Amino acid sequence: MRRFLIAASLCLAQPAFGQDYAEESLPDVNQETQAVALMDTLRCVVCQGQPISGSNADLARDMRRLVRERIAAGESPETVRAWLVSRYGQWVSLKPQVNELTAPLWLIPIIALGGAVLLYSRRFKRKKK
Amino acid sequence: MKRSWVFWLPVVVTIALFATFLVALVRPSDRTIVSQLVGQALPAFEAPAAIPDRPGTNSRDYADGKPRLLNVFASWCGPCVAEIPVLLQLQAMGVEINGVAVHDKSEDLARFFAENGNPYARVGLDQGGRAQIAFGSAGVPETFVIDGKGRVIDQHIGVITEADIPDILAKLKGS
Repeated sequence: MRRFLIAASLCLAQPAFGQDYAEESLPDVNQETQAVALMDTLRCVVCQGQPISGSNADLARDMRRLVRERIAAGESPETVRAWLVSRYGQWVSLKPQVNELTAPLWLIPIIALGGAVLLYSRRFKRKKK
Repeated sequence: MKRSWVFWLPVVVTIALFATFLVALVRPSDRTIVSQLVGQALPAFEAPAAIPDRPGTNSRDYADGKPRLLNVFASWCGPCVAEIPVLLQLQAMGVEINGVAVHDKSEDLARFFAENGNPYARVGLDQGGRAQIAFGSAGVPETFVIDGKGRVIDQHIGVITEADIPDILAKLKGS
């Protein structure tokens, strides 16, 4: 009986220890996977070079907790990302974004490759003559 | 055979590209993270009283027509200690300053105020960084200038020095 009581009290005490989502996984595996994927692509605003998933800074812990709580509440990862971007700017997101400013990053390799193909094809044609 | 300009084009483009990389690498980049909230309403937050002799603060305290400062600080933060005398000067000039302490404890804050003085009308204790993240604040100290309608009109990142006083007063007056 005494043993049962100890076991029961330990079970009851569990949630009090296990509720800090800064370090604890979410019970739902699917949600946890989403949360971790998001945390890997959010930049810690204190240490700056690290994603929040790998940072010991207090603010990174707070952000991990916020991410897990919002995902658990049913928000989509991109909604949470957008919310954080609305606070800290695009800089907080490590996920590359395609817009007018970053489009050259994707376009330059394609243009360069196209240019090279064009130049070489003309060169070979000339040699054939 | 005279080579056409097309031959030199890739060379020129490559040199231009690498010159750009070099300039970007050499130029020291600005790593300051500015809150996106400047120009917007102060977001909803709740920071309960941190010490017995001052009330806490929440987002409903800021739209009463009086412009004021909202200072994000911590008792463990050295630069925050350096800032207190300047905040006390501002307080003496009639500026209302509310404080939100991040990652802090009531007993540490009580000691902090006993040692340095307390320039704050309200002192709230941030719960798990919620208010700080809502403000888009990346560190301490940071100070937000809030107008009488509860809008954030400026963010001062880092210590406020005496040299910043005229600028802060102008922003409070202009709001």
